[in-house]
Amino acid sequence: MAGISKTSIARKFAMALSGLFLVLFLAQHFTINFTSVVSPSTFNEISHFMGTNFVVQAILQPILIFGVVFHFIMGFVLDIRNRKARSVSYAKFNGASNSSWMSRNMIISGSVVLLFLGLHFYDFWIPELVHKYVESHPDDPTRYYEETVAKFTGDPIRTGLYALSFVFLMLHLLHGFASSFQSIGFNNMYSKALKVFTKAFAIVIPMGFVFIAIFHYFNNL
Amino acid sequence: MKLNLKIWRQEDAQDKGGFQKYTVDGIDGDMSFLEMLDVLNNTLVEEGVDPIEFDHDCREGICGSCSLQINGEPHGPDRRVTTCQLHMRKFKDGDDIVIEPFRATAFPVIKDLVIDRSAFDRIQHAGGYISVNTSGNTQDANSIPIEKDNADDSFYAATCIGCGACVAACKNASAMLFTAAKVSQFALLPQGEVEAHERVLSMVDQMDKEGFGNCTNTGACEIECPKGISLENIARMNREYLGASFSG
Repeated sequence: MAGISKTSIARKFAMALSGLFLVLFLAQHFTINFTSVVSPSTFNEISHFMGTNFVVQAILQPILIFGVVFHFIMGFVLDIRNRKARSVSYAKFNGASNSSWMSRNMIISGSVVLLFLGLHFYDFWIPELVHKYVESHPDDPTRYYEETVAKFTGDPIRTGLYALSFVFLMLHLLHGFASSFQSIGFNNMYSKALKVFTKAFAIVIPMGFVFIAIFHYFNNL
Repeated sequence: MKLNLKIWRQEDAQDKGGFQKYTVDGIDGDMSFLEMLDVLNNTLVEEGVDPIEFDHDCREGICGSCSLQINGEPHGPDRRVTTCQLHMRKFKDGDDIVIEPFRATAFPVIKDLVIDRSAFDRIQHAGGYISVNTSGNTQDANSIPIEKDNADDSFYAATCIGCGACVAACKNASAMLFTAAKVSQFALLPQGEVEAHERVLSMVDQMDKEGFGNCTNTGACEIECPKGISLENIARMNREYLGASFSG
């Protein structure tokens, strides 16, 4: 075990595990958000539970924040180390001939997702903290749907930014989700099926988020 | 065939280096890429110019000596071949060809297109072997039953010639495919089991010390490898490494 945290494989392993954890969170977040399209009352109910439940707020939320911060910091650390591994660049590097754009530009797609998280926190997380802990409003289990929809109502720029960000999230996941399994050493007879699943997930979930944002925008014109 | 070449020239490891332009004429499509460079070098020698240094040995695609980044790809645009097996018929008359050494901090340039790949030797020395009693009592390897799939996978891993194309192709200059091939060729055989843990830990440790980058699973190494070493080997090495680390 000695020194494992300092090796390239251990760093990749940690990166993969944090990525898989975030993928799980993404699936859960999408499921909840999608209820805002089909049943506002269900959305309110689940959101109220997530916003007030002790386990979610005191245990799962800090773990999630740690996972997000760790994934981004480790991503930048790995990128810096990788750039050092080639101190003199090629005059001509034909990366497109042997690898996908997504796989070569995870730092770009990841950075866009990071910027989006800033916007997302500004839109939802910070107002939620202010609502609960600064202004100390009384508990209102029915406010979540209206607050969510209000963000997209009459705001094509914000809706567009959300849609664009999720396109970059899709690009990030198209490589990252499958890649994380390779990093933890999973490569066997089930790998082809897993690759199909990860690609489907990488497209369906982010595009589902885009659909939700556009739905609320057009539904409230 | 007449070609316009842009070739990296560097006097020695301390020299900054830079590109020089050359035109080479009378190139036949059946010539190998190295033979084309031989033609250019003959001309340079006749002109009293220092010939271009490049690595080569067997010229049969098995020694792993030749390298060269050709138009942005290790061993050029063809697949499953080394530079010595790359034929000039892959190019057209009047083509511009950029020729550079494989670039990696762990592969410093010695002169022109010749690089120091001894980092691979040191990784191999760190654990790429099995301890066998060779005092006359050595058991015949064929007497040890080995599952066919494992024997095949081990053989395919052992076909790695250590040319460094995986490092050259990787955007991170990672040596994971090379190291994984050398780990796998033993990890899959009963003869390699005894030292398996020590082997993978030592080789990965040496790989990191040499300053290679981290694998980000782009798959470029597998595509550019002249022997088609599979990414499965990297997953196997990851498993071996994590298993060895957690088992103490």
